[in-house]
Amino acid sequence: MEWRDQGVLLSVRKHGEGSAIVDILTQEHGRHSGIIRGGAGRRMAPVLQLGARLDVAWRARLEAHLGAFTVEPIKSRAAVALNDRLALAGLNAVCAMAHVTLAERIACPQLYAHTERLLDLLPQTDLFPLAYVQWEMQVLQEIGFGLDLESCAVTGEIEDLIYISPKSGRAVSRQGAGEWADRLLPLPDCLKHTGTGQDADVLAGLQVLEFFWKSKVAKQLDLTDMPSARARFVDIFARQVSS
Amino acid sequence: MSDTKDIDALIELMAKLPGLGPRSARRAVLHLIRKRGLLMMPLADQMGRVASTARECLNCGNVGTSDICDICSDDRRANGEICVVEDVADLWAMERSGVFKGRYHVLGGTLSALDSIGPEDLGIPRLMDRVVGETISEVILALNATIDGQTTAHYIADQLEHQVSVTTLAQGVPIGGELDYLDDGTISAALRARKKV
Repeated sequence: MEWRDQGVLLSVRKHGEGSAIVDILTQEHGRHSGIIRGGAGRRMAPVLQLGARLDVAWRARLEAHLGAFTVEPIKSRAAVALNDRLALAGLNAVCAMAHVTLAERIACPQLYAHTERLLDLLPQTDLFPLAYVQWEMQVLQEIGFGLDLESCAVTGEIEDLIYISPKSGRAVSRQGAGEWADRLLPLPDCLKHTGTGQDADVLAGLQVLEFFWKSKVAKQLDLTDMPSARARFVDIFARQVSS
Repeated sequence: MSDTKDIDALIELMAKLPGLGPRSARRAVLHLIRKRGLLMMPLADQMGRVASTARECLNCGNVGTSDICDICSDDRRANGEICVVEDVADLWAMERSGVFKGRYHVLGGTLSALDSIGPEDLGIPRLMDRVVGETISEVILALNATIDGQTTAHYIADQLEHQVSVTTLAQGVPIGGELDYLDDGTISAALRARKKV
């Protein structure tokens, strides 16, 4: 078995003395793991930094095997993120969330393209949080927990959607909420792809998504909690919003 | 075969050392046996001594032979500066340079969400206590220029905000480095940190 692709590096773990087991979100082969011989060495250290876009060749005797990667760098993203708290936390959050939530070896080319676009926005820390919210919504969609925010779950109307049902993840209008309003979550504009992307609205979007990650996805994926990298990103962004 | 049981056991142990495999361990053991008096006996004695005396400094995490290491017990190094490093090898590297005259704090790793390594696992709370207890004026974060290293650095900087001056090592072209051989990240970091000549 052998293929060649491009991918974003999601995680690196040292294996033995000189090798590393990496997890890469590839364009055509989904999230894929493999061993890189010599991947824990000094020569490969600058290449194997999270978020890097790599040209990868995977080879194994059987498809079910872990297999070995050989990689070449295409684009490093570490340098732009290292000196900026929010960018670094964002990069960690993207990699950790993709690593934890995406199924292995299932191609998701649209999400891959979205991830590349998102990581390219890392230096623009004013735009990145909103783009991150939209990326998380696509990840939810990709893994089968997509939010349905097109119309009201109760009345079917498409105007005045201001709540989201914590049970179904569907939008609910002011009229449709009625006396149930206090049991619904507020629906931030950024989740509907409307509004001006105000930081407070984006933060509210992150908090609503966190509810769905914890209440729906974590249980299904058997996770005790969502990655702490996400919590740190939200925390840094929240401090930025409040200052 | 029973004659070589002890030697085999020694080879097996040596093969667990970093940089050695079974074959190189066999070579090393054979060399030691040949130089029994000159090398093997002194090595065994020294290893026994170090095994019984080596311990981590209770203050900074450095490795020494007493509860408080030489650096921490030297009053001349209490200059109000603490250099935070990832592990003891980094501390030794800093000491080799002979430039830093303050004290150290060894974290013993970096924060890692995937490996569930949190601040408590790294002795970061102990660092906070030291900053208060030792009247520290500057904390120098000498952590690796990697995603994990800098994530840890930013975390510590956040924790120490408004308490003390926090600085970090510069990033750029190494001494003897040739631009042609540098990666894109290092070149862009060096360009951003350029200075007037």
